[in-house]
Amino acid sequence: METTELSVNGKTHKLEADSRVTLLDALRNHLGLTGTKKGCDHGQCGACTVIVEGRRINSCLTLACMHDGDEITTIEGLGEPGNLSALQSAFVAHDGFQCGYCTPGQICSATAMLEEAKAGWPSFVSDDLEGPDALSDEEISERMSGNLCRCAAYPNIVDAIRKVAGAKS
Amino acid sequence: MKPFTYARATDRADAIAQGGNATYIAGGTNLLDLMKLEVMAPDKLVDINRLDLAEISGTDDGALRIGALVTNSDCAADTRVRQDYPVLSRAILAGASGQLRNKATTGGNLCQRTRCYYFYDMAIPCNKREPGSGCQAMQGFNRIHAILGASDACIATYPGDMAVAMTALDAQIQIEGADGETRLVPIQEFHLLPGDHPEKDNILAAGELITGVILPPPVEGKQIYRKVRDRASYAFALCSLAAVVEMDGETIASAALAFGGLAHKPWRDPDVEALLVGEKPSADLFGKAADQLLADAQGYGSNDFKIPLTKRVLISVLKEATDKGAAA
Repeated sequence: METTELSVNGKTHKLEADSRVTLLDALRNHLGLTGTKKGCDHGQCGACTVIVEGRRINSCLTLACMHDGDEITTIEGLGEPGNLSALQSAFVAHDGFQCGYCTPGQICSATAMLEEAKAGWPSFVSDDLEGPDALSDEEISERMSGNLCRCAAYPNIVDAIRKVAGAKS
Repeated sequence: MKPFTYARATDRADAIAQGGNATYIAGGTNLLDLMKLEVMAPDKLVDINRLDLAEISGTDDGALRIGALVTNSDCAADTRVRQDYPVLSRAILAGASGQLRNKATTGGNLCQRTRCYYFYDMAIPCNKREPGSGCQAMQGFNRIHAILGASDACIATYPGDMAVAMTALDAQIQIEGADGETRLVPIQEFHLLPGDHPEKDNILAAGELITGVILPPPVEGKQIYRKVRDRASYAFALCSLAAVVEMDGETIASAALAFGGLAHKPWRDPDVEALLVGEKPSADLFGKAADQLLADAQGYGSNDFKIPLTKRVLISVLKEATDKGAAA
């Protein structure tokens, strides 16, 4: 058993768990934070995306015990009913989902992605490596390619993200 | 996942002291995937994430050192890498997803294992997973498999993008051993061809730790990374090419060409590069270069298409690299 201190959405949790427990399973099964979803469990779908130390990662491909002392933000930490984050509201307004299973991962991913873009990070589709001035739909799709949506709500997901990206710049 | 003991290394000496009978974990994006499938089942993991290896720094002789724990994201976004080694930024950005690049590290990415479907399938023999058990890929589904440098034992490919660009840039890998000594290994000598021992991906000995990658001082010329894959994003290369090509007036002064998705390691062919140097760019010359590159290429059925595909990729990239009209 490993003892790990995790700071999740501003609250510190002491976790006693087998070394094999992934961060995803720790959040869902040990801390009861079931907003983060398990899709493929192999880093291919992005449903488990959370923000660790400011960076979006696949929580299924990292062990909880590797994150002693880390600051973690899950979908529950971004907003709540009555007080939604800008992206959460935009996903509702633009109908950026159908079944909703991938949505927490999409929103966590997009939240951190907008910060990456703000920091000037280029992407595979950027014309030059200076990074884009504004996020085109092509840029949004490329930067979000680690989040699959089997209902294929992609056009509306891009609409929702574009709305928030535009509002920020 | 099979049970394992977990230890967090406090410094390099501690990591290496524990590393002899253990597996290092950094980003873990490939290792944990393989451990879940029990393709890999280490008894002990040594977590090296807290070691002081996450810096990118210039060296006295104008080179750039990328620490082994620098994430793919940080490497691709680094201003010096973007400015002086754009082929490396481009290659990294062509790989995986934003989430994975945030976790994957420079050292770990070099050790990324093949994506051969049969290597991942525990129900099927695989010489890489279990030496001597056989290879089902040769007569099976082998769309993503090697056309160059394969052996009778294994036709798997090295799947990554970062190392392909580093190969074109003549990077050197810093490796620290149990004796505390650091050795520098040219990246072309780091990954191995499968031969009779496909279970060995690279030259790392037990307990050895990659501490960094040295990029030689920036060179002149145009840098291009071209990747061809089954999806527009988030897919491994069927064929990729990292090219650093310098012109001297009308002729090609130098050409460093490294290919991904074709072999068990990033593939460089000195004869192809020699054929180009000192010559004027022409369709005829590029065709000859492609024929030289692919003289010994062998398809296994589903991957036969990679031979003409690679020829077209090389010709297209050489055209772009030697086109004086385009921006450098």
